[in-house]
Amino acid sequence: MIYEEVTSGSRTRRTLTGAARVLFALKIDGPLVVGLALIAAYGLVVLYSASGQSMPTVLRTLARIALGTAAMLLLAQVNPNFLRRSTPWLYAAGCLLLLIVAAIGHIGMGAQRWLDLGIFRFQPSELMKLAVPMMCAWYLHERPLPPGAASLVILSGLILVPVALVVVQPDLGTAALIAIAGALVIVLAGLRVRVMLALLGLGAIGAWFGWSFMHDYQRKRVLTFLDPQTDPLGAGYHIIQSQIAIGSGGVFGKGWMNGSQAQLEFLPERSTDFIFAVIGEEFGLLGLLVLLVLYVFVVSRAVYLATQTQDTFARLLAGSIALTFFVYVFINAGMVTGLLPVVGVPLPLVSYGGSSVVTLLAGFGILMALYSRRKLIGS
Amino acid sequence: MAAVRIKDHWREQRLFDQRALIGAVVIGLATLGLIARLFVLQVSRHEYYSDLSQGNRVRTEPIPAARGLILDRSGELIAGSQPAYQLELVPEEVPDIARTLDDLVELGLIRAEDVNELERTIDSSRGFDSVPIRLRMSDEDVARFAVRRFEFPGLDIKTRQTRFYPNGNLAVHALGYVGAISEQDLKHIDRAAYAGTSLIGKLGVESAYEQKLHGTNGYREVLVNAQGRSVERQGAFVPNLKTKAPTPGDDLILAVDLKIQRVAEAALAGHRGAVVALDPNNGDVLALVSLPGFDPTLFGRGITAAEYGALQNDIDRPLFNRALRGTYPPGSTIKPGLALAALTYHTVDPQARKYCAGSFHLPGSSHIFREYHNEKHGYMDLDDAIAHSCDVYFYGLADVLGVDRIASFLAPFGFGALTGIDISGEKPGILPSREWKAKAFSKAADQMWFPGETVNFGIGQGYLSVTPLQLAHYAAIIATRGKIWKPRLVTAYRDQTGKLHAVAPQSQGEIPGVSAEDWARVVHGMIGVTQHGTAAAIGAHAPYTFAGKTGTAQVFTVAQNEKYNASAINERLRDHSWFIAFAPADAPRIAIAVLQENGGAGASAAAPIARKVLDAYLLSPDGKVKPAP
Repeated sequence: MIYEEVTSGSRTRRTLTGAARVLFALKIDGPLVVGLALIAAYGLVVLYSASGQSMPTVLRTLARIALGTAAMLLLAQVNPNFLRRSTPWLYAAGCLLLLIVAAIGHIGMGAQRWLDLGIFRFQPSELMKLAVPMMCAWYLHERPLPPGAASLVILSGLILVPVALVVVQPDLGTAALIAIAGALVIVLAGLRVRVMLALLGLGAIGAWFGWSFMHDYQRKRVLTFLDPQTDPLGAGYHIIQSQIAIGSGGVFGKGWMNGSQAQLEFLPERSTDFIFAVIGEEFGLLGLLVLLVLYVFVVSRAVYLATQTQDTFARLLAGSIALTFFVYVFINAGMVTGLLPVVGVPLPLVSYGGSSVVTLLAGFGILMALYSRRKLIGS
Repeated sequence: MAAVRIKDHWREQRLFDQRALIGAVVIGLATLGLIARLFVLQVSRHEYYSDLSQGNRVRTEPIPAARGLILDRSGELIAGSQPAYQLELVPEEVPDIARTLDDLVELGLIRAEDVNELERTIDSSRGFDSVPIRLRMSDEDVARFAVRRFEFPGLDIKTRQTRFYPNGNLAVHALGYVGAISEQDLKHIDRAAYAGTSLIGKLGVESAYEQKLHGTNGYREVLVNAQGRSVERQGAFVPNLKTKAPTPGDDLILAVDLKIQRVAEAALAGHRGAVVALDPNNGDVLALVSLPGFDPTLFGRGITAAEYGALQNDIDRPLFNRALRGTYPPGSTIKPGLALAALTYHTVDPQARKYCAGSFHLPGSSHIFREYHNEKHGYMDLDDAIAHSCDVYFYGLADVLGVDRIASFLAPFGFGALTGIDISGEKPGILPSREWKAKAFSKAADQMWFPGETVNFGIGQGYLSVTPLQLAHYAAIIATRGKIWKPRLVTAYRDQTGKLHAVAPQSQGEIPGVSAEDWARVVHGMIGVTQHGTAAAIGAHAPYTFAGKTGTAQVFTVAQNEKYNASAINERLRDHSWFIAFAPADAPRIAIAVLQENGGAGASAAAPIARKVLDAYLLSPDGKVKPAP
């Protein structure tokens, strides 16, 4: 409760401009929102070309961004303490929804990722992208850091239960992202380096173990990643075509709406998972550098905001949201350029479709809410 | 309870800041890694990927070259290309393919029995590819479809070039035909050069001159998308694409004179047999007939199994090229050759008259060799023996000459070997000799040559077998008194600029060692054939002198496994009728061989056909002999 007093009595208030005052009142961080807006605008320009000049696609995406922005602004107003207190309920609800999805999928004898709520389809796994790091941060909030062995076991359980439920959907990409979001909380909490190395070793063993549980198509993706030429028309096709698209774009690109790989549909998933390659083909290395600069700016700003928050829950959660955002970018760009296996992770704020835009912006909304309770004077 | 750890907010904040810093460094490194990767793809390997991208988006579509025409010696069209209407279906634009096909059956545009096959073809095609479902539509079919067209979305009538034979069956065994490229064809053609070509020469001139007729296909670069569909624009842009026009095939000018060909086919019509007429002075094939024939158009439009089966199983074997591949004993037509041999080897005195009592037997043998129809010719010299085709005279002549000398003398006339005509498929026949017999039979007892076989050789029976082409070639050699020209169908070709390239006739030398006097003697005997000999009735009132020789080839067996009615058996057991001739006798312009299977004696069946062909070639409409060109 002391923060409120500090906030209300701050002398820094006098230095704020009119616009900044509005932003401050709305608990919005200007640089972060400008960075996000630039990425989204760039994304819409690319999407128009990548969708084969489909204005409806652009408009639908604009609608999603609007929805995400609304969620962001709304969440930014939420009291961080309320957020923290409701975290276990959110987490439990998410797990329950995942179970329901798994059950429906089991009955329907097929891959099932969403719940049909009549008006829209809701993916519980999207919710877990936020709920899992929140739960980890919640758990560590009251505990001394770095976390001890017992805490690590419990945290692992908190992460792995929803991850396992998403893996069986099966949605390896989202499962990995949820696990990474949770793991980042633990790393930011100060997980010791030697424990990290030990866990990496365990992870290698786990990967070997997981291999035996993978679906054939998932295995194929991994194998094809290791050598795309083995299956040039099958699973390797995506990687080969996306590398051709990026490589043929050169430094300056072929020009907007003039990428032959993208426009003639040689590039699969051109408006969704592989839209990074469209930018590479049509806007070249320069276009990709501009995008990467925007991303790095947003992530840096988000990390900075995280360091400015006051309590453990806020720090860990904000830090995880910031770093996870970069992980998205890196996994997608790595996959499209052939550095990582094809795991079906969208390029944040640029790829078309799905509820990921809303989740991402909601995450930034939470981040800004957490930042609103920042320390305004050095401790 | 061990030491309870208490939260130290200051320390935790520092720990977090430290971790966040490490995170920032990792982000920086990862970003640099990505940029390095992008540099490799977009700068170092840019050209490599550009090539791949270009290969992706541009497909080269062949433009088939127009196939060369085939013309007769006076420029009349024998084979050309013609646009044909065909009905094509684009599967993805047809709402209900099964119903559409049923409706087309009802309209009479496709046959009910073809529906399943068509459905399979449509299923295996890409949805946007136009699938031909009915070839060569008549104007009436086109009209019938046009009226109901609105009921058939996704169907359209297209035109495409097909081979067109305006004269139908005429000269089909010289011409050959074109058909769909088979797996067999693919083994010996350059597949790249044939991309876009759908028809290839299968037999005759169409096959032998395939390379000249085919031309060079062109190509057109087409922008394609990932489904292989050709598209106009690449996103917002229309790219620059290359086109290379095809070079049409060369037109061929044949030696064949269609007027002569028609006369020959009409004269032989209704019979099985062959007519080959050559220009003895250069080997030009003036007519090449083998009857029955077939319609070459059937193969160009895709012959059905039923149609092919009917041709294959026809007892008259219309697909069989008798002129090139039918081998028959030459009968008495060989006698002029034997006379030349005996004269050249001086084993006969042409003036000496020998008595023919209707039979001959070798000394010390009881086997009697009879005269045909048991005629008795009385006293005969060589001239008479040729004119009247006296078997007894030639039994003796052959016996004295011996098989070795006969075989070595006849070999340069082309017996037992290919004439080298410029289309493929001809058979060499058999020129028997001691060596041949030793090789041809496996049992020692059969490998020996018997004197009686030489006697039979004297009248062109026994092992000797020849094709009608060989016999025409032989007549041409006698006509020119020993000059040998390789028979040829193509005399010139015209390239796409209209320039004519003559093909030089190929001389194969001369018959060695025969004196002019001996040639004259034998030719005189052959003139006798048409004036007072076996073919006197045929030669009567000819405004030109012509030399000829009748022949009758015995038919020994009929295949045991063939079943047909008694009258057919009788007809097919009759002798084959031969006639060879050349005219005018003193300066021959045409040499001919006529074979009528089961026609009986040469004089009655084959000779009248030969006369009609000679008249057609040599006489102008007023009945006078045309001046030599």
